Amino acid sequence: MTIAETTTENPDETPIETSVTLTINGSPVTVDQGQTVLDACTSAGIDTPTLCYAENLTPVNACRVCVVEQEGSRTLVPSCSRKAEDGMEIQTDSPRVRHSRKMVLEFLGSGVDMSQAYQVHRWMDEYGADPGRYGPEAARIREDVKVQDDLYIRDYDKCILCYKCVEACGDDAQMTFAISASGRGFDARISTEFDVTLPDSACVYCGNCVGVCPTGAIQFKTEFDMRQADNWKPEEQTVTQTVCSYCGVGCNLELHVQDEKIVKVTSPADHSVTHGHLCIKGRFGWTYVQPTIERR
Amino acid sequence: MTDLHLTADRATDAEAAAIDAAIVECGLEPVIIDETDRLVRGGLHRANNARHGLLPALHALHNVSGWISHGGINYIAQTLGVPPAESFGVASFYEMFRMEDPGHTDDVVHVCVDGACQIAGADGVIVSLEASGTTVHRSPCLGQCERAPAQFVQGNQGRPDFVAADREPTVIPQQGDPTLRLLKRMGVTDPESLDDYVAYGGYSALAKAFSMGAEAVLDEVDSAGLKGRGGAAFPTAFKWRGVRGADGDKKWIVVNADESEPGTFKDRHLMELDPFSIVEAATIAGFATGAQKGFIYVRGEYPLATKRLQNAIDVARERGFLGDGIAGSSIGFELEIRRGAGAYICGEETALFESLEGFRGEPRQKPPFPTTHGLFKQPTAINNPETLVNVLGILNDGSEAYKQLGTPDSTGTRLFCLSGHVANPGLYEGPHGMTLGEAIEMAGGPTGELRAVLLGGAAGSFVGIDQMDLPLSFEGTRAAGASLGSGVVKLFNTETDFQAVVTRIAEFFRNESCGQCVPCRVGVVRQHELIIRTAGRSMNGERSLLDDMDAAMKDASICGLGHTASTAVRSAIDLGLIGA
Repeated sequence: MTIAETTTENPDETPIETSVTLTINGSPVTVDQGQTVLDACTSAGIDTPTLCYAENLTPVNACRVCVVEQEGSRTLVPSCSRKAEDGMEIQTDSPRVRHSRKMVLEFLGSGVDMSQAYQVHRWMDEYGADPGRYGPEAARIREDVKVQDDLYIRDYDKCILCYKCVEACGDDAQMTFAISASGRGFDARISTEFDVTLPDSACVYCGNCVGVCPTGAIQFKTEFDMRQADNWKPEEQTVTQTVCSYCGVGCNLELHVQDEKIVKVTSPADHSVTHGHLCIKGRFGWTYVQPTIERR
Repeated sequence: MTDLHLTADRATDAEAAAIDAAIVECGLEPVIIDETDRLVRGGLHRANNARHGLLPALHALHNVSGWISHGGINYIAQTLGVPPAESFGVASFYEMFRMEDPGHTDDVVHVCVDGACQIAGADGVIVSLEASGTTVHRSPCLGQCERAPAQFVQGNQGRPDFVAADREPTVIPQQGDPTLRLLKRMGVTDPESLDDYVAYGGYSALAKAFSMGAEAVLDEVDSAGLKGRGGAAFPTAFKWRGVRGADGDKKWIVVNADESEPGTFKDRHLMELDPFSIVEAATIAGFATGAQKGFIYVRGEYPLATKRLQNAIDVARERGFLGDGIAGSSIGFELEIRRGAGAYICGEETALFESLEGFRGEPRQKPPFPTTHGLFKQPTAINNPETLVNVLGILNDGSEAYKQLGTPDSTGTRLFCLSGHVANPGLYEGPHGMTLGEAIEMAGGPTGELRAVLLGGAAGSFVGIDQMDLPLSFEGTRAAGASLGSGVVKLFNTETDFQAVVTRIAEFFRNESCGQCVPCRVGVVRQHELIIRTAGRSMNGERSLLDDMDAAMKDASICGLGHTASTAVRSAIDLGLIGA
């Protein structure tokens, strides 16, 4: 029996809507109630750029690169957080949409180092973003890389303030609340209290902030060191799925291996146990696999 | 195992005592949570716990120490359960909080550098104050444009904040004019006396509301055609009906008194000189919507308004006009004041909710709207003081009489904040639809040869001297591509350095963007850079770049700040004030 046939919670027997149908670029699309416009676009095979959105985090709709045009709305709407409604008429490729997406990418490119945000390069081409047109004097984020421990680094030159790390550290995953946005406007930064080092902060080194960062602003130290040595070669890496051996929860691990060495550990965002998030043991406790002292 | 990590810093006894007192005033218990308790909570619990005490606690800490000390943040974490990183993130959001130890215990003198104060010589004031060793903070508009250049002193070591100019009586240019509606009591009654307020018609509207019933109040406000006076011109009755009809046991009234649109000082006048009217009107709003509790969020730089409102609330409660069983009825309503801490963005309604809840003042994406998901995500009616005070006249005289003034689409009278190059700057009341020229004449006309008028504030636009017949109504200004905004009418004569004025407006938005969404966070910076880059020359191709930025900020920003950040700048170029 489907929910629509259930009458116990619906005494006046009006059918409960379980799906909604909206129009995207002129074609009808049907999705489950509660799904977003972005979900509808995805199910219709429309590629939508996103930066602050992740399937395992609550949408914060801050980056605005996923905006679409909704008939009747004065402004564009963020597809990542707007719930799909019956009768909505959505345009995903109108001049207004293309312009705002282009400007968002251009604005980010003019102030932030996007060199490691690989998916963004394709969108920049697609939307014709030209970050150079704000001139050489355009203000940029200029901060030294924070290398404070052996597990990860923070490079705020690459930070687009998508809030993903804050969410993963906070109530979307870890509940540690070691970092927060601080300051205001262009000078806002993700920071610990008083900018204390991570080892002095509440950080528990779960690495979930690294796992969700879209630009490499928070990075595994292994990856950072290999990039510094010009030895980071994702195309040569293999990914091996396994289950974490530390406790009985059953977290899935993806071991990224380059030159027969584990270089980083992730977890699939759609995994029912982890939702992509791990703890310090699963994330970093793999050195026993490859002892540094070779046995005879 | 505690899940709250603190640095080794500890609060001083004075800091702890001040924070405790502030927390108690919020109706919370200043109990140090045991280290073994779970302190950090997620999801809905984050808003439902004691977190709304954070901003008052930060104010108390800053007032006693002169900065947001590390020990103080740790103490707040232990009493309110707010993680230190989040308290730091919240505190660093606000202009009034210093995040580093200044190394001295002097008060901070905030000097306004916006618009009217800029042309009245604020820069010179800053130079001479600094020469005398005073700690100066260059502040955005302090809401005292009628007495520019404005200053506000932020106390240290427990000394209270004050505005020196508040010691002089405020001049109401139209005082005694029998046609006044909103300003009729100003300067006439003692703002601290409830008896005076009642003797001049006070609390008659509440009595009327109780005898009419809530639905009839809504009908009357609806029939009067009252629209919000903050800039968005949203129909008040529609908003109130939405809250009344919304599901939920708890509903809220929020008075948005975080007046910070540059050039605006109307709500400050209402709060300072007629505070009981706001208390009465908020009570009526509670009755009409079914809300039993309200907050008045007052701008942090308004110490006298805060004091007078607090007195009004205390006296009203003593005399049975607040609390349980108001004026012998079975209706209950409570009001509490919260102070902002210097952030233009917190005048945006959803940013204000975030701020009041103890989070960073970052606007929320709408929908959902405040009528269903407002303060604490519960149904909330949020109005500014001027809008609320209009309700008193509507109920006292009836909607028909109210509609006699103004135009069919812009009913009633309006408060106009005249400042800049004008003979008698100050707060004026006139009917909607009066022309711009008439409004300027009310204030004695311009000083010098008028060149342009900034209408509606920094989020408004410049209009030229050919617009003196422009009707000051919602529809009249809209048709001219302008906006009434918050009633700002700021005059600039031909002696004005418009490059400096417009650059300052661009800088204002650069400083006040919350930084949450990309179009606004970066767009306001690029706009400011462009205005500096093109100073003293023609815009040429840069104009289309500005238009590109404006289109994205208007279309893709989360809130009104980004939507309007280019309006004044572009109008200045269109008028040839700069970039010609």
